[in-house]
Amino acid sequence: MDEFEEIKATFFQECDELLADLESGLLAMESGGRDPETVNAVFRAVHSVKGGAGAFGLEPLVRYAHVFETLMDEIRAGRIEAETDLVRVLLRAADVLADHVSAARTNGQADDAASAAMVAELEAWTRGEAAATPAEAVAPAADDEDDFGFKPAAVSFDFDTPAPAAAATWRVTFTPSPALYAKANEPGLLLRELARLGTVTAELDDHQIPPLDALDPEGAYLTWHVTLATAADETAIREVFEFVDGDCDLHIEREGAASSSCDVDISALLAAAQAAPGEPALPQAVTAPDDIDISALLAAAKADVAQDPPAASPAPAAPPIARADPAAAKAAPARPAASESQVPQSTIRVDPERIDRLIDLVGELVINQAMLAQRVAAHGFAPSSDISMGLDELEQLTRAIQDGVMAIRAQPVKSVFQRMPRLVREVASQTRKQARLIMEGEGTEVDKTVIERLSDPITHMLRNALDHGLESPEERIAAGKAAEGTVRLAALHRSGRIVIEVQDDGAGINRPRVRQIAIDKGLIAPDATLTDDETDNLIFLPGFSTASQVSDISGRGVGMDVVRRSVQALGGRISIASRPGEGSTFTLSLPLTLAVLDGMVVDVAGQTLVVPLTAIVESLRPKTGEVRALGPQGAVLAVRDTFVRLIDIGCALGFRDTAIRPDEGVVLLIESEDGSRFALVADAIQGQRQVVIKSLEANYRQVDGIAAATILGDGRVALIIDVDALVAVRREPSRSPEPLSFAAE
Amino acid sequence: MSEPLTHTTSDRRELIAFCIGEQEYAVDIMSVREIRGWSPATPLPQTPDYMRGVINLRGAVLPIMDLAARLGLPVNELSARSVIIVVKVGERLIGLLVDAVSDILSITEDLVQPTPDVACDRVRSFVKGLISMDGRMISEIALERLLPELETLAA
Repeated sequence: MDEFEEIKATFFQECDELLADLESGLLAMESGGRDPETVNAVFRAVHSVKGGAGAFGLEPLVRYAHVFETLMDEIRAGRIEAETDLVRVLLRAADVLADHVSAARTNGQADDAASAAMVAELEAWTRGEAAATPAEAVAPAADDEDDFGFKPAAVSFDFDTPAPAAAATWRVTFTPSPALYAKANEPGLLLRELARLGTVTAELDDHQIPPLDALDPEGAYLTWHVTLATAADETAIREVFEFVDGDCDLHIEREGAASSSCDVDISALLAAAQAAPGEPALPQAVTAPDDIDISALLAAAKADVAQDPPAASPAPAAPPIARADPAAAKAAPARPAASESQVPQSTIRVDPERIDRLIDLVGELVINQAMLAQRVAAHGFAPSSDISMGLDELEQLTRAIQDGVMAIRAQPVKSVFQRMPRLVREVASQTRKQARLIMEGEGTEVDKTVIERLSDPITHMLRNALDHGLESPEERIAAGKAAEGTVRLAALHRSGRIVIEVQDDGAGINRPRVRQIAIDKGLIAPDATLTDDETDNLIFLPGFSTASQVSDISGRGVGMDVVRRSVQALGGRISIASRPGEGSTFTLSLPLTLAVLDGMVVDVAGQTLVVPLTAIVESLRPKTGEVRALGPQGAVLAVRDTFVRLIDIGCALGFRDTAIRPDEGVVLLIESEDGSRFALVADAIQGQRQVVIKSLEANYRQVDGIAAATILGDGRVALIIDVDALVAVRREPSRSPEPLSFAAE
Repeated sequence: MSEPLTHTTSDRRELIAFCIGEQEYAVDIMSVREIRGWSPATPLPQTPDYMRGVINLRGAVLPIMDLAARLGLPVNELSARSVIIVVKVGERLIGLLVDAVSDILSITEDLVQPTPDVACDRVRSFVKGLISMDGRMISEIALERLLPELETLAA
């Protein structure tokens, strides 16, 4: 990856953060937070995406973001009120922006139709039309195909220069001050940005450069005279220089403007433009005053007076609007000050590989420390001796370091949660249901390894809640509920695990129907007696799907059994609680990290192995009478009147040929993922321990019957048994000992 | 920075030579990460006999291949001189168990001869070429072919 690509990758990372800010800002606005700070944050997010995209020449993204930004600017200036309908539109606009970003990231193509429809909608709002006819404006986005009628509006980017749509010639004089260079701004980039607006003829004025001996190396001596032919208005031109505002001397002048009034107007225009960069009506002070007055009046009438008093000041129909605007300039400084007061949280970006390496090393440190302690103990030092006390301190330090390093990898679940509002919006519109998503505990932290795997189960549970849980608005009203359903997504820590809850206030599980389906599919006997809980849990059985037709929403052809299996693969559990008429709650509980596992350390055929504790129901020492032979080699164990299959771990893994007598060893009663039980026979149990999971695949490959490896206190590698795979291995007695390797030779 | 000397020797490369029984083999020094003494490996189930198991390499799980067994040579008893040469093949680290490290060779490509037809198929697929030096014959190992099952899985 060359340097440019690296910077670009950083830009996209920033985009992810900006889009997240955008979404949370809009959600705050949706729930009533219309304070200037929130609106500003939303504007800044869109603006920064656009700015970055411009630097990388991502044209479609820039064009779209510009339209979005223009509308946000109108809202920011208080000319358009951020009513709920508009915020919903903005939320969808944010989704489209995210699509554009991901399209740009993969060099792909964004959905043009959806984008054009959204552009049309945003522009309509910007013109203040959509407020009057919301249905018309919303329609195109609802149906991507039928929006071409709106296309003419989509291409007209000159909406904020109502009168002169044709290209005009501008003279821009740009003199950077030393501060501009000190802030690492680059005039070349600004000029390039300017060139994107139209045809540019730039002239460098280097008359100010002093003789070499008088030259201050950090001084600024250059001036550019740029002639720009563009259809864009002054606002757009000023926007180019927005980031260097105050660090340069900038004059923008329209060629052919009445020269007599020019001198007066320019300063007023400058003041106005600086106060409100998005102010649309500047050049028209000269050209078409009447049009502007109407829009100004409209804006003033709409503006929330308490929120933005200056917007009301143009209301007296003063013909030269430029004169009215300095009032805004005076009142405006409060706004930038407010935005500056928000100090960004200081973070650093670190390659995850470095953290993983650190975790490996700390793991090694823990092992080393344990070894040292063992050896010191073996030499018979008293616990009160200096060396033993020093070791105790070392142990505490080591644990503290380990906790600290693990905390680096811990991330708030927000990164997963923030994708969900969009999902809910989309699924709700597809299923024609009304749903509100409430999220709680987004700050709950969990290890990176778990975060990555949370997304799928949560997505699935949410889809399920919307598709199967919530009723249609009509049904809800008939049942005496609000038309809009509520889905709650919450994360919390509970006894060393992370718990994710997805709760809906829908109809709850239709137990008679679930039961009937289970009987029809042969999952239960027709006369089976099931408790309500047992009935509810039927939906987790493989081959169960309640939707009479497989919808692509909760489906993708995947049932809840797949969710349960993937959750169990992470050492987690999923459960459901449902009340008819009141809704259902899915509860997902996962370990906080996949880097560490609670295991039972056992001896088998001279080897030390680890069995995941989550799989073990109980461990027992069978009495002679409880083991019964079955067939030539098989054996079963009687556990409270049921017979479970006995599997000798040593034989299953090929460490020995003949099984030991189960009554001489220890039996671990296991419940596998499909709920069936079997018993594993080990020679002895060493104890229960938390072990750090190490991948075998990193340097070798997957081994049947082995989930991963770990390193024990003595520094040796121990294998972690994959109990479910062990059963599968055991079922294929005719396996060849060397499956692949020599076939190739 | 580069001195002229570097240019004249740029076609030279260095190999680490080691013994398996009476024979000498070598690997390119650039793929060698470290050389360490033998420590007992944890055997892996369901693996070919030339895989001795896995050991702990500073927190990573390192598979150990008995190179003698892989080449179809008689497997010698482990001795105090037995060493593990940790090599990087692609993205993976693998430990090669050999009897002893014997030498570091600096060679030019013209010293490497193709493997003659007489060798058996297995040896020929694992040996890149033969190097004649001071009356000794040293076979250079083709590391990437040592783990065919990895390629099969990757494909």
